[in-house]
Amino acid sequence: MRVALFVTCLVDLMRPRIGFAAIELLEAAGCDVIVPAGQTCCGQPVWNSGDRAAAAALAKKVIDEFVGSEYVVVPSGSCADQIRNEYPVILADEPEWRARAVELAGRVYELTDFLVNVAHIKTLPGNFSGSVTYHDSCTGLRGMGIKEQPRALLAKMSGVELKEMAAAEECCGFGGTFSVKFGEISAAIAAKKCGNACATGAQTIVGGDLGCLLNIEGKLRRLGDETTQVRHIAEVLTAKK
Amino acid sequence: MESRSRHFKANAAASLANPVLQTNLKTAKGKFVDKRAIAIKEIDDFEGSREAAKNIRNRVLENLDLWLEKFEESATARGATVLWAKDGEEICRHVAEIGQRHGVQKAAKSKSMLSEEANLNLALTAAGIRPIETDLGEYILQINDNEPPSHIIAPVVHKSLDEVADLFHQVHKTPRKTEIPALTREAREVLREHFLTADMGISGGNFLVAETGSVALVTNEGNGRMVTTLPRVHVVITGIEKVVPTLEDLTLLLRLLPRSATGQSISNYVSVLTGVKTPEERDGPEHLYFILVDNGRADVVGTEFQDMLRCIRCGACMNHCPVYQTIGGHAYGWVYPGPMGSVLTPLYTGLENAIDLPQAATLCNQCGVVCPVMIPLPELLRRLREKQVEKHLRPWFERFALKIWAKVAASPSLYALGSWLGVRYLKWLAGGRDRIAVLSAAPEWTLGRDFPAPEGKTFRELYRKGKK
Ligand code: SF4
Repeated sequence: MRVALFVTCLVDLMRPRIGFAAIELLEAAGCDVIVPAGQTCCGQPVWNSGDRAAAAALAKKVIDEFVGSEYVVVPSGSCADQIRNEYPVILADEPEWRARAVELAGRVYELTDFLVNVAHIKTLPGNFSGSVTYHDSCTGLRGMGIKEQPRALLAKMSGVELKEMAAAEECCGFGGTFSVKFGEISAAIAAKKCGNACATGAQTIVGGDLGCLLNIEGKLRRLGDETTQVRHIAEVLTAKK
Repeated sequence: MESRSRHFKANAAASLANPVLQTNLKTAKGKFVDKRAIAIKEIDDFEGSREAAKNIRNRVLENLDLWLEKFEESATARGATVLWAKDGEEICRHVAEIGQRHGVQKAAKSKSMLSEEANLNLALTAAGIRPIETDLGEYILQINDNEPPSHIIAPVVHKSLDEVADLFHQVHKTPRKTEIPALTREAREVLREHFLTADMGISGGNFLVAETGSVALVTNEGNGRMVTTLPRVHVVITGIEKVVPTLEDLTLLLRLLPRSATGQSISNYVSVLTGVKTPEERDGPEHLYFILVDNGRADVVGTEFQDMLRCIRCGACMNHCPVYQTIGGHAYGWVYPGPMGSVLTPLYTGLENAIDLPQAATLCNQCGVVCPVMIPLPELLRRLREKQVEKHLRPWFERFALKIWAKVAASPSLYALGSWLGVRYLKWLAGGRDRIAVLSAAPEWTLGRDFPAPEGKTFRELYRKGKK
């Protein structure tokens, strides 16, 4: 299977290791992975901020860049959702582009969903051990149906003990630009998420969207929690003891 | 009601700093969310019912004028008078005139959000009519110096039992009681006399039924029945969008409303009131008026926001909203809080008067998945953001930042340069630590949390160099 990786701008800037972990996982699942060089951002921040023209320009750029790849895989539920579910809406008034958006939508996947349901990965490259709790990021969950996939992958790791938190499906308060427009509200919501996650006693909080993870980690540290780790699912699945 | 939505941020900060409110919000959330989750399981095909409810509401909205005419015809045939109000002022004028015509001195009110939109109590008082709120929550607010409600179905959800106990003790001048049954008994005793002496009852309406000219009321306290049957005159004030075609349509909506609202299979009282008292009947009003209100609704019909008019005012969206759960209803500044309020307030009071509300959502879509009539609330909020951008209503620095990001992200070479610089700057800011405590480029982020430091190089650099 030929897979083009959409790295996402946040991973590019903040946590390149998640991108490399995604490549490692895809290769372990038997895929040939390419990373189109010109890629930047999927446009979700501008789209959710109400700038349709800018969102359309970025959508077209992504559509062009990922022409011809058998699959496009994204280590983020919300960026994958932007491409799969929002691009056709953004380009609704331009029939040709819309058709191309719909075509792309048919082959774009969130990473864990792809590993489980398309690539049917058998063995994971990592052997992480420890207790984890999984935060379901909103757009991945409600937009892309990401719920069982990461759990199925974690279940393949004998050293992982999954301790579900209360209200795992509730928002962590990140909300993209919301987090920098309404910082206090956003951080107050994050505090609840941290409380629920830490109440499980898990050593590591795991999720599939870096934005949420930065939000949770930032809140934990501000609250004085220096021990709970926060990791992207790809990092956990590739972690070596 | 005068909008304080412009001050959303300050309002929200006050809510965050109020520990009593925070505790009360937490208690309320637990109740609403858990009870709804259990109640919707009683319906075999809940999703199918939502779909059907959506279709009923859409069918009405597509020909709203016709359904309203039909309602008017049916209601008039049963002896009611249908009046139309363009805005809050017209509501007040109609009610004052009706009051004058029938020599009304006291009006007993059950819950009506429209009367909040119109600030009706103030107008009634000015017209020499004494308004008495009889919904327990609304009554508490009224005797607390006309405090505004903070939730559409649980108006005093922001208050604790202790606060209500203090209030009753002060206002009723009775010994302080702390048991809920004792407090409700006390309210009942005060209200009973008003029910018996009011000349006019004012209610809202959950639904209007076009085929019969009826109004359906869903309540839990029984005050609605007193208000609509004891006084000589009954005035129903409700929005023009509340009409449904048939009684059968009503039954479906009644299956969804209480389950979504309070997690009840059915509310304690469901009344379907039709026409005035006939000579053979002993109960009911001699005069029945419907005031059907526009107040911004007609302008929404036929627009990209029409879906919002499907709303059946259940409150599920706010009960499930992480922002509402954190700041409560007052912060939103007008009659309707939470996600539905963040759509309605700018639509009804002006985009420029509620500039923060469409932005004050994480777009987590918890509201969208619980809404019984499938209103795509996050999508509507996003469209409002689009309108704000079109009308240049966003602050300059935000517009500037967005433009820069759009430019940079559109150009791989600019992006490569910008990201190269950006991550190094952030890494430098972190000064060897794994976090940044104050981020001047995005100061709001670090108000209440740290900003984790980047690794220090971008993925694209590392990937190109072939290093892992
Ligand atoms: S928008 Fe939907 S969930 Fe919110 S109050 Fe209206 S009907 Fe209920």
